[in-house]
Amino acid sequence: MKDQNGIKMKIKTINDFMISNEDPEILFWVGCAGSFDDRYKKVTKAFVKILNKLKINFAILGEEETCTGDPARRAGNEYLFQMQALNNISTLNKYNIKKIVTMCPHCFNTIKNEYPELGGSYIVIHHSEFLDELIKEGRLISKKNNRKITYHDSCYLGRGNKIYEAPRNVIRTITNNLSEMSRSKENGLCCGAGGSQIFKESESGKAEINIERIKDIQKVDPDTVALACPFCLTMINDGIKEKSLDKKIEVKDITELIADNLK
Amino acid sequence: MHIISQLCFITLLTLSVIIIYRRFKFINRNILLGKKNYSSNTDKKTRIKNLILIAFGQSKMFKKIVPAILHLMIYSGFIIINVEIIEIILDGILGTHRIFNVLGMPFYNVFISIIEFFVLLVIISCVIFLIRRNILNIKRFKSIELKGWPILDANLILIFEIILMIAILSMNASDLVLQDFESYKKTGNFYFSSVLKPLFINFDIQTLIYIERIAWWIHIIGIFLFAIYVTYSKHLHIFLGFPNIYHSNEENLGKINNMPSITNEIKDMLGEKVNETIPTPDRFGAKDITDLSWKNILESYSCSECGRCTAVCPPNITGKKLSPRKIMMDVRDRTDEIGINIDKKIKYDDRSLVGDYISKEEILACTSCNACVEECPLKINPLDIIIECRRYYALEESSLPSEWNAMLQNIETNYSPWKFPIDERSKWYKNED
Repeated sequence: MKDQNGIKMKIKTINDFMISNEDPEILFWVGCAGSFDDRYKKVTKAFVKILNKLKINFAILGEEETCTGDPARRAGNEYLFQMQALNNISTLNKYNIKKIVTMCPHCFNTIKNEYPELGGSYIVIHHSEFLDELIKEGRLISKKNNRKITYHDSCYLGRGNKIYEAPRNVIRTITNNLSEMSRSKENGLCCGAGGSQIFKESESGKAEINIERIKDIQKVDPDTVALACPFCLTMINDGIKEKSLDKKIEVKDITELIADNLK
Repeated sequence: MHIISQLCFITLLTLSVIIIYRRFKFINRNILLGKKNYSSNTDKKTRIKNLILIAFGQSKMFKKIVPAILHLMIYSGFIIINVEIIEIILDGILGTHRIFNVLGMPFYNVFISIIEFFVLLVIISCVIFLIRRNILNIKRFKSIELKGWPILDANLILIFEIILMIAILSMNASDLVLQDFESYKKTGNFYFSSVLKPLFINFDIQTLIYIERIAWWIHIIGIFLFAIYVTYSKHLHIFLGFPNIYHSNEENLGKINNMPSITNEIKDMLGEKVNETIPTPDRFGAKDITDLSWKNILESYSCSECGRCTAVCPPNITGKKLSPRKIMMDVRDRTDEIGINIDKKIKYDDRSLVGDYISKEEILACTSCNACVEECPLKINPLDIIIECRRYYALEESSLPSEWNAMLQNIETNYSPWKFPIDERSKWYKNED
């Protein structure tokens, strides 16, 4: 198990923990994008690099992990959502999971806010909060420079769960130059992917939502757009490419920014 | 003479109260056409805090500072000037003239002068609002859903308020001139209307008495008409905003309501024990307003059509058909239609909220980003209604877009929204890719 730089990754599934009769500190919920999407798999590996570096004892569900059901619920198919949710809850409860860290804000929102009513109550932490906490504890130290970074709020992290500061705190540890877009935090503009939109063509209109967001990014003219959501990453990346800005502006998850600048 | 005007006044007052009572009964009955499955799990302390800050304090208005200040001027004017209405009503019933004058010289004059100060604020704000609506090019006042009645409604109320305010000032100014005559009751000077005195100085006493009386009647009849009119207008928010904010939820906006009836279906299928206290609904999701909760309908009647939701809606900004304000207006209009049908004893019409009012194109365009919910000064949640309509398309009509059906199929068979085999989930850490 090696990451993209050929460094050996230490990854154990929850089943491995069970066999050796150990308990992990956290369960890392990888998510479908983190498992299947080529671009987001790099973010997953970056997160694992951080976890390994800090010797955090984490488990993944591996092949036992399944979609949280978020896209099904938001497309209106409550039946399929609940089938997924009940299945995941039974897996999580079987392994007596207490603490879950997710990278995807959609998985985060669903497990944190929607699973309790169906019998699954856990401490659920988004990776932005998790990294912020490690930084505050002094365990995670990064190199800092002056590159201009703007942060795009994910709706399900921001308005959906009022997490605005954690990802910004993380970014501030690697740059002195965090610049806000005109529409940010509570007023942040959606990337266009949420509510299952990423899985279909959008309705007819004048423009695509991600292209509207690129206008905000262009006004800030950053070196890097930082974000903390796989769907936002896809949408913003596509928009940046469509506007031929990919040579100028890089689009990265906050996890990658930290992993690339670890001290 | 006195007794006739007293009788006229009492008749008008009684009539207005009856009409307003009937309107409120109609609206209350309509709200209760919604399902009873909504109850806010917010604790009482938070609800009262919301009532004070968001309803009375209008805190959410202040995201846009200019309209917030103008609106606050009209709102505080409305409350303060209402104190004078108590005096007018008492005068009208008892046949007295300026009954609060028993307070004595400095108090009564200060009281009326404060009211006049707010009268001026209201006039200034209403004029600026008229300019904003009709002359300045503010996008949220130009949306297609406002064409016709909604635009007229907004303008009518502003003009109405200006007329009412001018009536107060004319009444007071002519009263001041009359006070210079021996035979007229002395109530002392009023600060702001004294400026208007020169306009009335050349009239004889009889004309002045007529002017004062006519202004008095215009003001109070105007108030009665206004109170009735409000129940037919977007201005209903001045009353329903309070219960709406009180009953609102404080959960994380990302959370979508659970459907316990579906949990029962699944448990029944798996042979597990179902929760029998939960009724099986006639329909999953919402096709009509009777499938929504009473809170959804209360929200629709509380909507002030300000359009802040639509102004921040990503699909709307990018030219799609969805407008959260229109969703709320549609729910209210359809509810009114059903309410009128019920009163006419028409049991069934072949119309419904989904289809006849809200199109599928609108429902499918939402990104569930919660910008509209975050923005609403009245804590209205259009997203909740949109999700209920999607549930109808998914669970009753099975008419979702084919791309969504493919995604759902993937979740069902591969446990991922994308078409990857289950065992590929471990590829990234087994370094097989």
